[in-house]
Amino acid sequence: MPTMNMLQAINNALDIAMAEDEKVICFGEDVGIFGGVFRATSNLQGKYGKARCFNTPLVEQGIIGFANGLAAQGSVPVAEIQFADYIFPAFDQIVNETAKFRYRSGDLFNVGGLTIRTPYGGGISGGLYHSQSPEAYFTHTPGLKIVVPRNPYQAKGLLLAAIRDADPVIFFEPKRLYRASVGEVPEEDYQLPLGEADIIKEGTDITLVGWGAQMEVIGKAVELAEEAGISCEVIDLRSLLPWDEDTVVESVLKTGRLVITHEAPRTGGFAGEIATTIQERCFLYLESPIARVTGLDTPFPLTLEKEYLPDHLKIFEAIRESVDF
Amino acid sequence: MTTPHVHEPVFLTGDEFSIPTFRLLDPDGCLREGATAPQLSRDHARRIYRAMLATRVLDERMMAAQRQGRLSFYMQCTGEEAAVIGATAALDDADMIMAQYREQGALVYRGFTFDEFMNQLFGNELDYGKGRQMPVHYGSRKLHYMTISSPLATQIPQATGYAYGQKLAEDGHCTITFFGEGAASEGDFHAALNMASVHAVPVIFFCRNNGYAISTPAVEQFAADGIAPRAFGYHMHVIRVDGNDILAVYEATRQARRIAVENNQPVLIEAMTYRLAAHSSSDDPSGYRSKSEEQIWHDQDPLLRMQKWMLGQQWWSEEEEKELQESLRREVLETMKRAEKRPPPPLDSLVSEVYAEVTPSLQNQFDQLKRHIRKYPDAYPRGARSLDPEVAVDSNDQGER
Ligand SMILES: Cc1ncc(C[n+]2csc(CCOP(=O)(O)OP(=O)(O)O)c2C)c(N)n1
Repeated sequence: MPTMNMLQAINNALDIAMAEDEKVICFGEDVGIFGGVFRATSNLQGKYGKARCFNTPLVEQGIIGFANGLAAQGSVPVAEIQFADYIFPAFDQIVNETAKFRYRSGDLFNVGGLTIRTPYGGGISGGLYHSQSPEAYFTHTPGLKIVVPRNPYQAKGLLLAAIRDADPVIFFEPKRLYRASVGEVPEEDYQLPLGEADIIKEGTDITLVGWGAQMEVIGKAVELAEEAGISCEVIDLRSLLPWDEDTVVESVLKTGRLVITHEAPRTGGFAGEIATTIQERCFLYLESPIARVTGLDTPFPLTLEKEYLPDHLKIFEAIRESVDF
Repeated sequence: MTTPHVHEPVFLTGDEFSIPTFRLLDPDGCLREGATAPQLSRDHARRIYRAMLATRVLDERMMAAQRQGRLSFYMQCTGEEAAVIGATAALDDADMIMAQYREQGALVYRGFTFDEFMNQLFGNELDYGKGRQMPVHYGSRKLHYMTISSPLATQIPQATGYAYGQKLAEDGHCTITFFGEGAASEGDFHAALNMASVHAVPVIFFCRNNGYAISTPAVEQFAADGIAPRAFGYHMHVIRVDGNDILAVYEATRQARRIAVENNQPVLIEAMTYRLAAHSSSDDPSGYRSKSEEQIWHDQDPLLRMQKWMLGQQWWSEEEEKELQESLRREVLETMKRAEKRPPPPLDSLVSEVYAEVTPSLQNQFDQLKRHIRKYPDAYPRGARSLDPEVAVDSNDQGER
C-alpha cells in the first residue's frame, strides 16, 4: 500500500472523483495551475482541463454562491475556501442557501452535490486569522453535513464519501497535519461512512471524544494516562453533523466518564452539544462530571499559542481529575 | 433619472471607453516631454526617497531574516514603493490610512521606527498588538494607520464609514484605503464604493494593481479593463496612474485628496504596478510566472526611477545613496537584534482586551490555565515566565501608539 501525507490523500481522492464523474468540478482561489496554496489540487488542471479545475476571482461569497448554482444545475462542485477563517464572507450563502435549498423547494431543487473543502485549526503559528476552528457555527445549521478527517486514510475515504453524498458537506481539513500526518492509503477507490464515529481504541475507565487534529493530541494524552494505569476508550467523531450519538452513549455507559476536546473556544463549542446529549442519555451512569478541554473564550493568539491550545497535558489533567473525582 | 429612449437595441460593453494611464516620469527617470512636475520641494522629495529606500532595505533584511529562521513570516512590498509612498506623501500626515498588509512604506514615510516594526515582527512585549497577529500586521494610532486585519477587503467599507465620520466632524481630513486588485473582487469592495458615492464620502480607494493575487494573474481575476472602470458604475471620480512613477502617483493622489476633502466626493485610483517579490515568504512565484516577465518589471523599478530623477535634479548624490543604504542596513540589523532579545508579551495578554473588562467566565478559564501552567512550567516556557514570580503587568504602559 502506498504511503501518503494528508494532502496527497486529498489530491488522490479528488483525482479519483474527477476521473469517475465528469460532473465533478474543482475551483477556488489559486487552485488552478498552482494547485492551491497548500497544493491539494496539484495537477488536476493539467489532467482535467481549465473548465473543470480553475482559479476563481478572490470572492468567497461568489465562490459558494456560484457553487450553489452549479450544484442546483446538477454538477458536483468541490469548492475550496483557502482558509476556514475566510469562510465567513460566504456564511450567508452556506447557512441560508446551501443548507436550505432542498427544504424550501420541496426538493424541486437541491445542492446535494456540493462539497466545501477548507483547511482549519491552529498549531501553525498563524495567529488569529489563520487558526480558527469554526465548525460549531455550521453545526447549528440543519441541512449541512460537517466532516473532519484525522489522517490521510480517513481524509481520502471521507472526502470521496462527501463528494458522492446526497447532501452538501463542509469538509474541514486539519492543516497542521497536512504534511505531518503520513500513513498507508489504498490506491483504489474506497469510502468511509459519514455520520459514523470511529472507535480508535477500546478501554474501560474513561471515554475521550474529539475530531480532526485533536485526535493526535488525545493519543499523546492517552499514553500518559495508560502509564498512570487508566484505561481509555478513544472515539473520533469524524462527522459532527450528523454526529454519532449512539457510539458515544454506548461507550459512556461502559466507562461512566467522558472528556471532550476541541480547539475552538469553549462557549458555544460543539463539546457543549455532546455533553448535553450524553447527560440526557447517560445521567445515571455518569461517575464524574463531563469535562471539556477547549480553547479559551478569546480569539486565537500567536505568541502564546501553546498556552492557548488544548494539548495532551491539559487533556491528561482532565482525565485524572475525572477519574479521581 | 431620465435617459434618452432609442428605438434600436443598443448594447454597450464598456470597450467604448479606455482609461488612460497618467505618467510623468519615464522609466529612465526623465520627466516626459511637455509634462509638468508636481510642486514638490527638495526636502519633501528627499523624505519620500528616504522612505522608499528604507522600505526596500527593511524588506530585504527581513526577508533574509525569515530565510535564516529568525522570523516566522514576512511580506515584501518590493516594486510597489512608489505607489504606496507616493500616495501617502500626497496626503496630510493626519489623514487616515486603512491598508491591506503590503503598505509598510506608508508607515515608514510617516515615521514608524524600525524598533516599532521589529517589535511587531517579533511579537515581543513591546508589540502594540501584543504578539497576537502574524508579522506585518502593524498599526499605529499616533500615525493614523489602522491596525491590519487579515481577512481581505474588510477595511474597504470601513474606510467609507471612517471617512463619513470625518466628514461629519468637519475636521478637513479624509481616509485612504489600499487594497490589491484581488481584494477588489470581494463584495466588500463593491459595497464600499456604492456607499461612498451615495453618501458623498471623502475617501480615496487606492488599488495597487500589481498583476497577481498570490498565484492568480489579473486576467483570471477580472475580465474588464482593470479596476478603474468600475468607478463609472458608482458614479465616482477615477484615475489610472503608472504606479511605478512616484511623481504621477503623488500628483494624482494630491488632486484626489482635494476632490475628497473639498467636494466630499470619493475617488478611485488604480495604480498599475507589479509585485516584484513573492506573495509572502511562504510563496514561490516560479510555479506561476516566468523570470522574463519579472525582468520586464525589474527594469521599471520605481526606486531606481526616482533615484535617477533625484540625481538629475541635483537633489541626491551617489555618496548620499551609499551612505544612507549602509546606515539603514546597520540600523535594521541593530534594531532586529534588540527586538529578538525582548521577552514575549505576558500571559495575561491572552485574555485582556477581548472585552473592555475580562468577563467572569473568561477569568475562570484563565485561572485554571494558570494553575495548569504552574504545574507544568517546563511545557509552557513563555507562559510560565510571566507567572513565576507573578509579574504585575500594566498593559497600558506602552507609551504613545
Ligand atoms: C477573505 C480572504 N480570503 C482569502 C485570503 C487569503 N489571501 C491572503 S492574500 C491573498 C491575495 C491577495 O491579492 P491582492 O488583493 O491582489 O493583493 P496583493 O497580495 O497582490 O498585494 C489571499 C487570497 C484572505 N486573507 N482573506
